[in-house]
Amino acid sequence: MYKLLLSWRYLCTRYIALASIISVTLGVATLIIVNAVMAGFTEEANKRLNGIISDIVFESVSMDGFPNPDWHKAEIRKVLGSDLVGVTATVAVPAMLSIPVGHDQHLASPVRLIGVDEQTYAEVGDFGKYLLHPENRQQLSFLLRQDGYAPEREKFPRSGWRYRRARIMYERAYEEQVALERAKLGAVPQQEPAEPAIPADPYGSAVPADPYASHQAAAPTFDPMTQQSTGVILGIAVCSQRQKDETGEVRDFFFCRPGDDVKITIPTAGSPPNFVSDVLTVVDIYESKMSEYDASLAFMPLEALQNLRGMFDAQHNVRYVTSIQIKLKPGADLNAARDRLQSRFPIRQYPYRIQTWRDMQGPLLAAVQLETTILNILLFLIIAVAGFGILATFYMIVVEKTRDVGILKALGAPSRGVMSIFLGYGFSLGLVGSGVGLGLGLLFVHYINEIAAGLERITGRPIFDPTVYYFREIPTIVSLHTVVGVMAGAVAIAVLASVLPARRAARLHPVEALRYE
Amino acid sequence: MNSLTATSSPTIAVRPTGAAQSHAFPGLHSLSATVPLPAPAPADSDYQLVARGLHKSFRKGNLIIPVLRGVDFAVRRGQFTAVVGQSGSGKSTLLHLLATLDAPDRGEVHFEGTRIDNLPPIKRDRIRNRNLGMIFQFYHLLPELTTLENVLAPSMIHEGIWSYLRHKRAHVERAQRLLDLVGLSHRLQHRPRELSGGEMQRAAIARALIAAPQLLLADEPTGNLDRRNGVEILSILRTLNREENLTIVMVTHDLAIAERADCTVQLVEGQVQAT
Ligand SMILES: Nc1ncnc2c1ncn2[C@@H]1O[C@H](COP(=O)(O)OP(=O)(O)OP(=O)(O)O)[C@@H](O)[C@H]1O
Ligand SMILES: [Mg+2]
Repeated sequence: MYKLLLSWRYLCTRYIALASIISVTLGVATLIIVNAVMAGFTEEANKRLNGIISDIVFESVSMDGFPNPDWHKAEIRKVLGSDLVGVTATVAVPAMLSIPVGHDQHLASPVRLIGVDEQTYAEVGDFGKYLLHPENRQQLSFLLRQDGYAPEREKFPRSGWRYRRARIMYERAYEEQVALERAKLGAVPQQEPAEPAIPADPYGSAVPADPYASHQAAAPTFDPMTQQSTGVILGIAVCSQRQKDETGEVRDFFFCRPGDDVKITIPTAGSPPNFVSDVLTVVDIYESKMSEYDASLAFMPLEALQNLRGMFDAQHNVRYVTSIQIKLKPGADLNAARDRLQSRFPIRQYPYRIQTWRDMQGPLLAAVQLETTILNILLFLIIAVAGFGILATFYMIVVEKTRDVGILKALGAPSRGVMSIFLGYGFSLGLVGSGVGLGLGLLFVHYINEIAAGLERITGRPIFDPTVYYFREIPTIVSLHTVVGVMAGAVAIAVLASVLPARRAARLHPVEALRYE
Repeated sequence: MNSLTATSSPTIAVRPTGAAQSHAFPGLHSLSATVPLPAPAPADSDYQLVARGLHKSFRKGNLIIPVLRGVDFAVRRGQFTAVVGQSGSGKSTLLHLLATLDAPDRGEVHFEGTRIDNLPPIKRDRIRNRNLGMIFQFYHLLPELTTLENVLAPSMIHEGIWSYLRHKRAHVERAQRLLDLVGLSHRLQHRPRELSGGEMQRAAIARALIAAPQLLLADEPTGNLDRRNGVEILSILRTLNREENLTIVMVTHDLAIAERADCTVQLVEGQVQAT
């Protein structure tokens, strides 16, 4: 009883000891903040990665792919049984995308073009969720919508059919005007290639090596006012650039938007591959907020891509795909499922790469994990350093309390009891320190975005730059597990630091202690 | 080869207190147990506290300072004994040995018929807590606790948290009664530094009595007090001795105070000297 009472009284009367555990408080607060932010980043990144990649990916090692996706799907269904939620076949191929910007200028960017099945692709991931048009989020379609893209985005440029018609009308009027001007001047327009400032549709019908020439021949009256080419969905960073405008606000500038046409160049199947190009109409934009994907992905209908690349055997009516994506029930054991698939499709017979999304993102996830671990170790070292401060302070307190120890022993307190007074004191200090740290940390995490904004205003430098991270807010997750771990660690360090002084107190000779002045 | 019978007779110096004191404390005669010298040594059971051939020396580097050199000494139940001697003669050291706060180099301490100086620490702690009360010259109250809590400290030390809380009311009542007895019932919630020396010593007496000990050891309880307070403390001790039949061993260098004890033991050169 006296142990509790005295620990408590020492806690209430020695404020210097409280000062010594401020470092514990700060350490705990920092640990909680760092872990929350790291966990938030990891969780958010995982969610998005998993949503983009699906659970298990079944890839052909060659770009020509493998035949008979339906047979494969059936086999996979047999192997995975009721764990399977969705499965879809895709073709992925590197491509060169070129977007017309201004007169005769093309923005070229390498992309990974993925042919997806409109009906089933949404089953295996969150692909639909990341599209800008609300109806496409419900049901994926490669047809251009009238209007209503990205209703929740402010200042998104007008897109869709209405924009397309307005643009074409404007361009035609402009061309007519130019032709008129030229006629007036008596110039021969065809012989003047260096005519400036004509933002005409650089493709129109004048793409000579158009492999769709036959299609267009079949439909010779292709009218861009009422017809679209094959649809394509572009990653947002492929077709836009995020910048701060004059007012300092972060805005996206779009080089092209739904309703515009772009050109794509891809290798055909076969060896060596040839290159084919086609004009596609942008029908939506994809924003997963993972810059790596937003800057590199483009999607088009599976069949159109197969046709374009020649990935079908007309004789046997067999189509080829390069990968199959599989979605499992939530909570299913991905690694086990992968292993089962691997044993069904042994690599000797079937040259496929079967990976879970974690396998594919291994390096990224491992890097984040490593970073978290290192930060945790460093911060715990800080708390350990604080432990030495506590040790010194405690030692002084024990020296100061020498006479009290003598009194207690004279009154019959056993050495153990004296020791536990100081251990209890250390424990309660640790508890108070880490408790305050917990409060601070949680408050900080709760207001982290406000704090970042405040710091930004004060320093004039961006703390958390959305143009870099593609997160509009700092994601945080406070997990009970880490909080409890951090608290326990901090309290343990405070108790450990008080062991030495407590032992000294316990070993004091009562008479010497009573004589102490 | 100590044996009380062999060595005690010449060294035990117990002087009957003068009759002048006895009228001030009626009933003293019944308590005043004098040891007739040289009488056959009484059986140990007659004595509550017996010290036999206590030796104690302190080392300072390779210099050995002998402080006690064979102290023989016995106190009867209910006796009020004063230990006198010059400063540095080893009075405090003797008291610490009797209270088992320190161990003698040689010799034995018997309390209620059992040897206590060589008991394991836990048992000695218990004896100090339950059977002995101690008062010091510098009061030695715990500065973080209130008067009441200081008085309750031995009970808190004795009992675990649950049993203490269960019996708290009884403990507090007893502490209040004791504080009432020493005249300090109006200072229950004060901290030691808010009390005067006399008040602190009263609190210390109440604390020494909380466990209802059989023996009270006091080391110059009046040494730090003015005359009036000293006399008051002394009369509290006298009353306790008389009414509760409490055995008291009190160290003092004030002969006037020693006069009022039942008997006086004088320490000279580390030995008890006949007076
Ligand atoms: N721990 C110690 N180390 C060395 N010498 C000590 C120690 N304790 C006591 N002494 C010595 O023992 C002798 C007796 O000390 P003690 O405190 O018992 O004297 P005392 O009779 O109580 O004196 P006073 O009347 O001044 O209180 C002194 O000379 C002192 O210097
Ligand atoms: Mg002394």
